[in-house]
Amino acid sequence: MKKQEMEQNRTASRDQAVYVDLQSPFNPEDHSADIGESDTLLDKLAQLVRQNKLAVFSALVILAIIILAVFAPVFSPYDPAAQSLRERLAAPSAEHWLGTDKLGRDILSRIIYGARVSLVIGLLPTFISMFIGTILGLFAGYYGGKTDFVIMRLADIMLAFPSLLLAMVVMYTLGGGIVNIFIALSLVNWASTARVVRAQTLSLKEAEYVEAARSMGVRKTTIIFRHILPNCLPSLIVFFTLNIPSAILSESSLSFLGVGAQPPSASWGLAVTEGKRYLFSEPWVPLAPSVAIMILVMAFNFLGDGLRDVLDPYLKEQ
Amino acid sequence: MLKKIIKRILISIPVLIGVVLVIFIMLRIVPGNPIVTMLGEHVNQQTIDKLTVEMGLDQPAYVQFFKYVWNALHGDFGTSYRMNRSVTQMIMDAFPYTVKLSILAALISWTIGVVAGVVAAIRQNRILDRLFMGTALLGVSMPIFMAALLLQYVFAYKLQLFPISGYEGFSALILPAIALGWNSAGSIARMTRSNLVEVMQDDFIRTARAKGRTEAGVIVFHALKNALLPVVTMMAIQISSMLSGAVLTESVFGIPGIGRLAVNAIENRDMPLLQGTVLFTTVLIIIGNLVADILYSVLDPRIREVK
Amino acid sequence: MAENVLEIRHLKTQFFTRKGVLPAVDDVSIEVPAGKIVGLVGESGCGKSMTAMSVMGLLRHPGKVVAGEILLCGRDITHLSPRELAKIRGSEMSMIFQEPMTSLNPVTIVGKQVEETILLHEKCSRAEAKKRVIQIFQEVGIPEAEKRYNAYPHQLSGGLRQRVMIAMAMVCRPKLLIADEPTTALDVTIEAQILELFKKLRDEIGTSIILITHNMGVVAEVCDYVYVMYTGQVMEQAETFELFANTRHPYTKGLLRSIPKLDEKTDRLYTIKGVVPNLLHLPAGCNFSTRCGECMERCGKEQPPLYEVSPGHKVRCFLCQGACGTAAPEPETLRAAETGKEGV
Repeated sequence: MKKQEMEQNRTASRDQAVYVDLQSPFNPEDHSADIGESDTLLDKLAQLVRQNKLAVFSALVILAIIILAVFAPVFSPYDPAAQSLRERLAAPSAEHWLGTDKLGRDILSRIIYGARVSLVIGLLPTFISMFIGTILGLFAGYYGGKTDFVIMRLADIMLAFPSLLLAMVVMYTLGGGIVNIFIALSLVNWASTARVVRAQTLSLKEAEYVEAARSMGVRKTTIIFRHILPNCLPSLIVFFTLNIPSAILSESSLSFLGVGAQPPSASWGLAVTEGKRYLFSEPWVPLAPSVAIMILVMAFNFLGDGLRDVLDPYLKEQ
Repeated sequence: MLKKIIKRILISIPVLIGVVLVIFIMLRIVPGNPIVTMLGEHVNQQTIDKLTVEMGLDQPAYVQFFKYVWNALHGDFGTSYRMNRSVTQMIMDAFPYTVKLSILAALISWTIGVVAGVVAAIRQNRILDRLFMGTALLGVSMPIFMAALLLQYVFAYKLQLFPISGYEGFSALILPAIALGWNSAGSIARMTRSNLVEVMQDDFIRTARAKGRTEAGVIVFHALKNALLPVVTMMAIQISSMLSGAVLTESVFGIPGIGRLAVNAIENRDMPLLQGTVLFTTVLIIIGNLVADILYSVLDPRIREVK
Repeated sequence: MAENVLEIRHLKTQFFTRKGVLPAVDDVSIEVPAGKIVGLVGESGCGKSMTAMSVMGLLRHPGKVVAGEILLCGRDITHLSPRELAKIRGSEMSMIFQEPMTSLNPVTIVGKQVEETILLHEKCSRAEAKKRVIQIFQEVGIPEAEKRYNAYPHQLSGGLRQRVMIAMAMVCRPKLLIADEPTTALDVTIEAQILELFKKLRDEIGTSIILITHNMGVVAEVCDYVYVMYTGQVMEQAETFELFANTRHPYTKGLLRSIPKLDEKTDRLYTIKGVVPNLLHLPAGCNFSTRCGECMERCGKEQPPLYEVSPGHKVRCFLCQGACGTAAPEPETLRAAETGKEGV
């Protein structure tokens, strides 16, 4: 713990040093960097839009994928489940842009439907696990003592597991299927959020306005949710965006290993594992869904990076 | 210093116990009779009863737990249902492959990651920086199995430089190691770059310039050590993700390592085997993190002081 | 001329930012005689640090010296290659900084950091270098020098760290030491000790020192000459005694009035009204005209040159035009027109 705190102090002093360096030769009146502290979320997002075209582009890609997924029946050229044994493993063509798989199903249509799986798995379990992590982190940080000890030891234990293996164990217990992936990922990934939120709570707890609220007799839960949580929000947004891709990767990895989504699901990871037999003869069969995973993950990574730059420059890469 | 190390080791013991407990509980809350789950619906009652006694499942949970821990401490992780072999023996057979694979992958990712990160930081915002960081983000975003499939397709199938699958000596490990290390190399490169860029803004860098260090000297003698210290921790975390990722590469390249063992255990619903492999890997990771932590505090004088 | 260790002639340093060109240092000429302490005074952002960084060749992108000469012992160092500059940094001229807390490498023992300067510039065995480090530690007043050699920066107090910085800067006996607000971060007793040390270095070793500060008290205490800077320009320059006795520029007067005095009863501290103008949007005439209590119509239109009111005492103010009559023959009046056009 001590180490993390020192690390924070170091970055804080570094922050000031940079500030002095950059500002002193210029105009002392121009305190835009100072004012940045009190910028609203919207201002910062506007800043992101202005500065980071890549992040904006990524957001558009994500939006496009979401639209494709929601209106999949409209956009997909074929029924994703329609088999056509005459057209098995067809190469990409005007009729089947990305070819067909071993059962003659249109790969493009399956990818469009598969986006639903990846998006749901990316967004919901991440949200749930971060929700759990945030609550635990807030309480651990604010109450300290035994609460803190128990929660953080639990977090230590969860973080000690390689997340994929732990998810595999949960999948063993629950059995395959998307709903179970959903549960597994919700349970597994709360610990890192709890750590981040706890660290922030610890420092926010000492802030004057929190002290003031406490001295006026404001209830503890009110302080936690009114005063501390909103200040953790920027970090949480960044963390959320950066956690989505790892959830997507976990789902596809589990499905790839055969312990995740089960046929006939359109999950991208499952599509890769079903297609890997044809890697040498019809490489598009496993590679097309792989590329789909990569694009979605990359878009979230770019967006998360951009958000981190404007919202929380000191949240280190996890 | 020694005191601190001992303290750190003592702290990991409850974590270790917790890890065993979590795995133990998780594998036993399987709905329904565990024997049925393992062997399928069509086993007769006689077999179930026999196995229940054999595996000690008739005893209270805490007895089972302590028995398991006691045996594990003596190097006995139980017997695989399916293979009817000692789990310890199976792990020991598979372990060397995973170790070689992970070490190779770690070496690849650390070297490439640090070098690319440093170069990118020096050439900040120039073409090389953009190129390396783009590649790094590609590395971070690409699923490990995709990297494995691509490498297999290009270098093993098209160019025939390496064996496609199976373990026939060292050369068979190269592609899986790259597939595995690629991902971590990306994160290490990104972290190295951002740390170095930050450190280069520090006041002591200006001091080093003022005392007559050339730019290269400033980076080599002053910035690097400061920038790489946190990366050491990152590298340790990467060991964990590599042991996880080994599951995927081993499965693509057909390497009989621990990851394969775990996947097989799930496919065959072989509970003792899964329990053994997961525990073994997790313990390795805890030890790895411990070593990294100690190393970090040895390297950084500021932390060395803190009790 | 030879007795000047450093001569800065018409130095112009600009920062090429996205918003435009910032004239951080604007036509500054400074002479540093051998064995003297020259003070650069002004509010933050007035260009004093940037003048120092220009001399040291430590300007970072997007800052650049665009005109003028910097002569170190008669040699023009303005156009040296980075390698040649590195060679004279630390050996012939050196610099210490405002933040002793962060200016030392946190992961290396301080002895090694000082030793590094020696090994960079001189052929010398490690053992000998170490001996010299301990010797200079003693010279700059670090107690238990041998023990401190092995200390990490975080184990030392601010004052000791600044002494280590001074040791590092002085170990190769440079002719010029630039101290950029060396005592700002320290408390007053330590400040006095460090200033004493500067005097000792000047008197015993004969080092010339440029002392950058915003504290007029510090100037009065140790400086032989003073340059008062404002928005990148020298407003007034003189020997210290002359400047305090015969203050001419309204800005200098303001600075001196804003020092609280023990023998005067005041309810409020005097402050110069207004704020330092944005360097991107300087007034058309005199840079100080927006805040000057004695501003005339002419001041808003024309840039005043430096008038030499008495030998060595120059003032950039039209009020002094008649005082001696001999305006320094410098083509500065063109400046105002120039900066207007240089925006990118």
